[in-house]
Amino acid sequence: MKAKPSLALRIAAIAGIAFLHFPLLIILLYAFTTEDRTYQFPPPGLTLKWFGVAFARQDMWAALGLSLRVALVATAVALVLGTMVAGAMYRFNFLGKDVVTLSLILPIALPGILTGIALLTTINRLGLEPSFWTIVIGHATFCMVTVYNNVVARFRRLTPSQIEASMDLGADGFQTFRYVILPGIATALLAGGMLAFALSFDEVIVTTFTAGQDKTLPIWFLSELFKPRERPVTNVVAIFVTAVTFVPILLAQRLTQSGEELHGGGKTT
Amino acid sequence: MTQTLRPPRGLWRRVSDLFYLHPGLLLFLLLVPPMLWMGIIYLGSLFNLLLYSFYSINGFTGQLEYRFTLDTFKTLLTTPANTDIVIRTVLMALAVTLACGLIAFPIAFYMAFYTRGNTRTLWYMLVLLPLWSSYLVRVYAGRLILAQEGVVSWFFAQLHLSWLLDAILKTPVLGGPSLASSYFGMFVVFTYIWLPYMILPLLASLERVPKSLIQASADLGARPGQTFRRVIWPLAVPGVAAGSIFTFSLTLGDYIIPQVVGQPGFFIGQMVYIQQGTAGNIPLAAAFSVVPIVVITLYLLLVRRLGAFDAL
Repeated sequence: MKAKPSLALRIAAIAGIAFLHFPLLIILLYAFTTEDRTYQFPPPGLTLKWFGVAFARQDMWAALGLSLRVALVATAVALVLGTMVAGAMYRFNFLGKDVVTLSLILPIALPGILTGIALLTTINRLGLEPSFWTIVIGHATFCMVTVYNNVVARFRRLTPSQIEASMDLGADGFQTFRYVILPGIATALLAGGMLAFALSFDEVIVTTFTAGQDKTLPIWFLSELFKPRERPVTNVVAIFVTAVTFVPILLAQRLTQSGEELHGGGKTT
Repeated sequence: MTQTLRPPRGLWRRVSDLFYLHPGLLLFLLLVPPMLWMGIIYLGSLFNLLLYSFYSINGFTGQLEYRFTLDTFKTLLTTPANTDIVIRTVLMALAVTLACGLIAFPIAFYMAFYTRGNTRTLWYMLVLLPLWSSYLVRVYAGRLILAQEGVVSWFFAQLHLSWLLDAILKTPVLGGPSLASSYFGMFVVFTYIWLPYMILPLLASLERVPKSLIQASADLGARPGQTFRRVIWPLAVPGVAAGSIFTFSLTLGDYIIPQVVGQPGFFIGQMVYIQQGTAGNIPLAAAFSVVPIVVITLYLLLVRRLGAFDAL
């Protein structure tokens, strides 16, 4: 392996990233356009008025609030259940382990629309009403899998000798968990939790089925984008959300990176 | 650890000892709550949905009949329009998966072997940022970029290459009145939206390739190309396979992108959505949802051999 990348590799990598980011730049640009019905390029003029319009929209704030609450509760449920199952899968070998693995892969391997329509038909058959909790149930299911994947990967890299040492030194199971295992998996919990939160916050495929009359932020986007007017408002809100979430992701990224270096995940000179 | 350990007494210690002596009890307590959730809420609902695919809608009254029948599946498999939808969706999912793999590989490879420290964090952020920006807004941005008076046409016109764009649009099947209303445009948007889901698992598996293996391979006289084929690629396969599960399945079930970009032809996700919603034919919607289940199960059996499940 050469120390420097070939020009072709460098170009391919940068072009790929550019492909991923060009639309984001366009979203940014059209948050300032003066033309709100069509999206002709280049925009006929630039204005700041959509920021005022967007932030004055009560329905947007309501949707944002609902999305935050759903994502928080779904992530909390997912963190607890996902860590439990990760612990079980790491610590034990048991009959039917493959079945558990499969049931944890299905919610992300099968298209989200299946989760959505399956939950909806079941909700209807049981005579329940779609509500905040049905949204949370739908989200927590795939969030749990995300947390599980992150935490179980970290468990596999924990050094068993640390746990043995803790037990040898007289710590009981709970103390070992609190002082040895938990710090070891903390950054994986953070990374998994952040990812779960992000997935829940942006989820629309399952939510359209389980939400009933409630509007989460993505559902609000969906209804706004089908209206022919004031389209830049959605761009403003999208940029606002990205900007607000940028700092926490950056922090989480740094924390998880340093965590990996601590455990020496196959890194050599 | 500054905590002084208490003498071995007290409730917690006894519970801890109980778990130590009976590990099965701990396993049971750890496994039961998450598995109840998965088993009852998720698999239970899925099972209920499958039941519906064996019911039917009475042709005269339009009422749902809770009686076992294979009629709905017969309708699905014998109507050419429906089989077209299945073929179209599967082909699109395969094409998108292939394109995502081709674009993601250089990015992940470059990140894993040629970046570190702050540069790597920056690249990570660049890959993650689109995932944090609204999916719907990005889909619409894709449409407006590809639209008749959008950025892409503008660029082609500036470069005096409009004839090339017209040639692409005149291609049978792939083309259309504009990029935003062609299958080619839909393919581009799908690839764009799901690309990070391919990069991340691929990157994770490439990062795990020990640098010492690569040095050993070079020391033993392998050329860079040989090292790639014999050492790096086999270790990257689980990542590619894991990423392909995401891109394949996400494309297979999406019903928003085909609605916003592309030609009027239906895709599986749209069909499920419409049949359960406006058409009110839940059995047909359920039968259509069996298609992705079968396709994905076959796909999972295939990629499990490649070690995909450990790289998810």
